[in-house]
Amino acid sequence: MLSSFTEHEPIGMSLKITWKDYNARGSYDELVTPAGRPRAHARALAAYLGRLGPRQLVIRQHAAERAIVEMGITFTVYSEGQNIDRAWPFDIIPRTISAREWRLVEAGLIQRLTALNRFIDDIYHEQRIVTDGVFPREILESSTNFLPQCVGASPAHGAWAHICGSDLVRDDDGTIYVLEDNLRVPSGVSYMLENRIVTKQVFPELFRNHAILPVDDYPSQLFDTLASLSPRPLDYPEVVVLTPGIYNSAYFEHAYLAQSMGAELVEGGDLVVGDDDCVYMRTISGLSRVDVIYRRINDTFMDPEAFNPESLLGVPGLVRAWRAGNVAIANAPGSGVADDKLVYSFVPDIIRYYLSEEPLLPNVPTYACVREDDRRYVLDHLDNLVVKPVGESGGYGMLIGPAADKKTREKFHRLIRRNPRNYVAQPVLNLSTAPTVAAGSLQPRHVDLRPFSLHGERSFVTAGGLTRVALVEGSLVVNSSQGGGSKDTWIVDTESS
Amino acid sequence: MLSRVAARFYWGARYLERAENTSRLVRVYDNLMLDLPPEAGVSWPLLVDIVGAGELFRSSTPKVTDHATLRFLLADPANPGSVLASLEQGRENFRTTRDLAPSEAWRSVNELCLYARKKVPQAVSQRRRQEVLGDIIEGVQQIRGLMADAMSHTEPYQFIRLGRNIERSDMTTRIIDAASVTLLAGRTELRRFDNTLWMAVLRSLSAYQMYRQSVRRRVHPDDVVAFLLKDPHFPRSFYRCLHQVESAAEDLPNHSEVVRTVARLRRLVSERDLKQDDAGSLHDFLDELQLELSNLHRQIASVWFLQDAGK
Repeated sequence: MLSSFTEHEPIGMSLKITWKDYNARGSYDELVTPAGRPRAHARALAAYLGRLGPRQLVIRQHAAERAIVEMGITFTVYSEGQNIDRAWPFDIIPRTISAREWRLVEAGLIQRLTALNRFIDDIYHEQRIVTDGVFPREILESSTNFLPQCVGASPAHGAWAHICGSDLVRDDDGTIYVLEDNLRVPSGVSYMLENRIVTKQVFPELFRNHAILPVDDYPSQLFDTLASLSPRPLDYPEVVVLTPGIYNSAYFEHAYLAQSMGAELVEGGDLVVGDDDCVYMRTISGLSRVDVIYRRINDTFMDPEAFNPESLLGVPGLVRAWRAGNVAIANAPGSGVADDKLVYSFVPDIIRYYLSEEPLLPNVPTYACVREDDRRYVLDHLDNLVVKPVGESGGYGMLIGPAADKKTREKFHRLIRRNPRNYVAQPVLNLSTAPTVAAGSLQPRHVDLRPFSLHGERSFVTAGGLTRVALVEGSLVVNSSQGGGSKDTWIVDTESS
Repeated sequence: MLSRVAARFYWGARYLERAENTSRLVRVYDNLMLDLPPEAGVSWPLLVDIVGAGELFRSSTPKVTDHATLRFLLADPANPGSVLASLEQGRENFRTTRDLAPSEAWRSVNELCLYARKKVPQAVSQRRRQEVLGDIIEGVQQIRGLMADAMSHTEPYQFIRLGRNIERSDMTTRIIDAASVTLLAGRTELRRFDNTLWMAVLRSLSAYQMYRQSVRRRVHPDDVVAFLLKDPHFPRSFYRCLHQVESAAEDLPNHSEVVRTVARLRRLVSERDLKQDDAGSLHDFLDELQLELSNLHRQIASVWFLQDAGK
């Protein structure tokens, strides 16, 4: 069908895509080697794309955009006090990774998440890692993510951070680094799933000829992980997804996951904690017991009784019920203590300490401004560094040194001196690129990758994850709230086929 | 099932039904106005009174023209009963329950709404009206079919049935009321148009064929009113809608109070001797039925909904 399409195109339109003209300009490209040849696992995709004309590319991109609008895949942007539901920006060209490389990444992520969970459990109990001098006490004591309300709690399987969305980036030399761990309420997994559905619609012929690992089992893996946390040994534990509501930017995802797990999607007002310290939801036949809460609201908004009394989103008494062991909460309250950019700089030590193993995935070298030597270096090299506030996520409040003007650098100079604990700095990584449709041709755009890992009774990592792409030429900002888009991610098994 | 979600299904179904009903009304009126002489007093502003939005309309419209009226009925976002606003609210309710409705149904609601945003404003002018409103009616029917066929007939579906049939029975009483106010009012000079008018009423409810099969003589006002209020089999008759409400309620917990109210309301209709009614008493009776329906709605809300979350 496809070939007949291209045959009938007017001659002027049937320019072929040639990888010779594709220039990643010094970045590591996910699909093409510096010599301009497709990487082994991407050969079939590259050949296929080479046969498509620019006109077909545009036709397919439009088909994908239509499918996204029709499927109602949206994310919400707050703008001037209004909520705008935007269609999810999507690029049709898949990003490819070889299955052989992925096996290493997967092992590295499981290792990391296992160690981080041991760390959280230790921090809220004996704090051996502090006593043994591996993790500084003052960092713990000044952490806003350490919640005293959680000390002594014992969640099932010793697991606190059950769902994790690590951000991975690849540098010029091909090394994959962990950039962030995202242990609180990471989002994006529904877009990973929808991207695959859209890609199958746009390029059905590609899936027939490729051994691409499937991603669609994530909702059932998630359900199994959550069910394994239930305090009541039942065949059918009552699992609910707790959302802040329709105006949250990730509401689409909350609904999507609830639907695909067959779980109730609840808001704070739907839940109530009884005198027996159990959690119930308000249903058409009265109150009904809840066993596991997959919460998509932040720690301090979860329970006005334990944290922010102003919160209207939370459920009074929820932490009480959790501490009593009557309900499981994923991720457990307080897990954020390990999701701090300062703690991040200690993760390699944390892995060695708890597992007696060397980290399989490297950290990006990180300067913690709280250390005097590091601080001096950072202040002297602001124009070469990325400075990040430790408590923020989503790319907000950052300084990208080489791109910033003098005034902004001076502002950060002041901010860091005033509150050094609040800042870490990292060298600017030149993120890898992947071919992306722009103006009817394929051009390199920077990408990162967010795989999703689960940790309960067992561990699980998605095959690939959400590839985010900076759609603006040369830009390194991939966040969807700031003009980024996304791609389907293929883990290609060339050995088994 | 969560109370909040139940309310959203109920309201989602009501709004979609309202969008369809208003589209039907406008289409039939469109034809009617071509057929009836101006002295019949059938006018676009009258339609605003039928849908119960007269006050809002007059306070928000400085100059009443046909164009302003149609815009108000079809595309005015400030009129919660306009076709477009109903679809938007239907969409919002189904968007927030998409974890329970089949995803094809949500997709259709979304598509219909996108279509309506683009096309319904065009239906204000005569040329595209029939076509666009026809598409809206078909769209709602398609969604209804998807829900009936792709959704287990468990509690969420029963709330959809409740909402749809309460809205539908309300609209049926309004349509009868409008017709009777215009023509039953003893204006003998208009009697010869009776047939045209009541056929249009039947058509607006897709009831013409079924009426003909059930009442085997020429269209007569008394028969039409009786058919639309009392027929036990026609899906848009008041009685049949109540039967649907009752059967939906019976599949829900704690239904006894609601079912009792519905039974009383059904008796009220079936025992009414419509032959004794003149235009005035029929109007009062229809008013009473509308009040009873809003009581029934309040009862449904207090038994099953936490609060009127969908509204």
